[in-house]
Amino acid sequence: MFEIFQYHFIQRAIVASIIGGATCGLVGVWVIMMRIPFVGVAMSHAAFAGAIFGLLLHINPLLMAIIFCLASTALIGPIADRGDFDPNISIGIIFSLVLGIAFLGMGMIPGPKTEALNFIWGNILIISSQDLLFLLGVAVIVVIFLVLLYKEIQAILFNRELARAAGIPETLLFYCLLFLCGATVTFNLNIIGGLLIFSLIVNPPSAAYQLTYNLKTMYVLSAIFGVSSCLMGLFFSYIFNVPSGAVIIIVSSLIFGISLVFSPKRRVKKYEVSKT
Amino acid sequence: MIWDIEIEKATISYREHIALKNVSLNVKKGSFIAVVGPNGAGKTTLLTLINGLGRLRSGAVRIFNKRINKNNINRIRKEIGYVPQHIIVDPRMPISVYDVVMLGRYGKIGLFRRPDKRDRKFVDKVCERVGINQLREKPIGHLSGGEQQKVSLARALAQEPRILLLDEPTANLDPRAQNDMVNLIEQIYTKEKITIVFVTHLLSHLPHVCSDAILLKEGKIIASGMISEIFTEKRLSELYDYKIMPPHMNRVGYDV
Repeated sequence: MFEIFQYHFIQRAIVASIIGGATCGLVGVWVIMMRIPFVGVAMSHAAFAGAIFGLLLHINPLLMAIIFCLASTALIGPIADRGDFDPNISIGIIFSLVLGIAFLGMGMIPGPKTEALNFIWGNILIISSQDLLFLLGVAVIVVIFLVLLYKEIQAILFNRELARAAGIPETLLFYCLLFLCGATVTFNLNIIGGLLIFSLIVNPPSAAYQLTYNLKTMYVLSAIFGVSSCLMGLFFSYIFNVPSGAVIIIVSSLIFGISLVFSPKRRVKKYEVSKT
Repeated sequence: MIWDIEIEKATISYREHIALKNVSLNVKKGSFIAVVGPNGAGKTTLLTLINGLGRLRSGAVRIFNKRINKNNINRIRKEIGYVPQHIIVDPRMPISVYDVVMLGRYGKIGLFRRPDKRDRKFVDKVCERVGINQLREKPIGHLSGGEQQKVSLARALAQEPRILLLDEPTANLDPRAQNDMVNLIEQIYTKEKITIVFVTHLLSHLPHVCSDAILLKEGKIIASGMISEIFTEKRLSELYDYKIMPPHMNRVGYDV
């Protein structure tokens, strides 16, 4: 049983699970608190479109995926602000645009599209040392950003307008939050894939949201749930020889289900009429 | 004359709707001015013009003798407390009342710094003064409308503002809570002598320390001056398109 830990690919997968799960858990708190869950889907498809055009233009697909993803993130905030509408609408617009670009590229690309499709499905067991370094880099940036600007982020998560009214540079920080969400999605694509990363960004913080009224505790719980989902998913995928991404998501969904059942926020006080 | 707020021919429009039309207004330092008008008159827009949340299409706004622009607006906002009409808060929001009040100081504390002993002491004092000490550890989403308004006022006061913008702070409150809120605002003004702009469409909610008012209708100021002079039957009836008798002072404030 324990001999699996001697394999380098397993060791890398475990490290990636810890770093990626924790980072997704942390940025997921921003996504849930700002009510923009679909940012993950939009970003992953932007990365997919970028990878396809990378293959088409013979440029490194990962590099193009990163460029497309980060460019999309940089557009979401300004489109929402200039258009005076909910960020979810600009996320929807970006999602449809990158999907269109991806299909256009798919139509133009000759031969098999396996490399591009890897960004959609992902596989934690084939992660390289370079991928790990990128993952670690994003994780460090996310943690530093969170620690240094904790109070400003808290204010933005509570209410963007009030944060701005208090003199916080809310617009710039809000765009930075979106940008870091995009970066996290991009560098986690190799682990669980674009389609499934949505769940890893949404499920752990949603589970944490059920269990606490304290934001710091929510960050910690969400990171723990993210790491647990990845590690358990990895373990079960190895044992049962099934796709790791899919198992990671099922585990994270189960964690959410359990949190929902035991959520103290769902308790209802009963009023008993005394018999007098 | 020392002006805290100088608005010169300001126009704000949202798409097809012009919310404020060529409005000019000067507010003296330390004065308490009421902005009165029917729903949709542009009262809230006027407040967002002062704290730079609204997008000015033409005209100019000067706060503390500085013309506001993209570069200085964040600095100026730190000196302006804002109590919006009503904020929708998720009952499960993982943020406490104390955190929300402290939020008011974040702009002043500055980036990359944490609240220190002085900030915590100041927030303690504000909570005590506004009467929300017993609520400090509660999740913000668990409060009633009246309690949330008090927290909103405490957050604005935690900023140590030179200007306080109050957007219908007594709306949606029961009579007792309205009375408490008006008394609290009066106490704050009497003690601090900060400039207060108080928006309301209900004349009965005006604190009696408020001496000046502007009447706003369809994005235009139709009258401004001392309350005793402009709250006439003719003007108020014209303002609301409905026959209204001038208010008279009672214990709490003006009444219709």
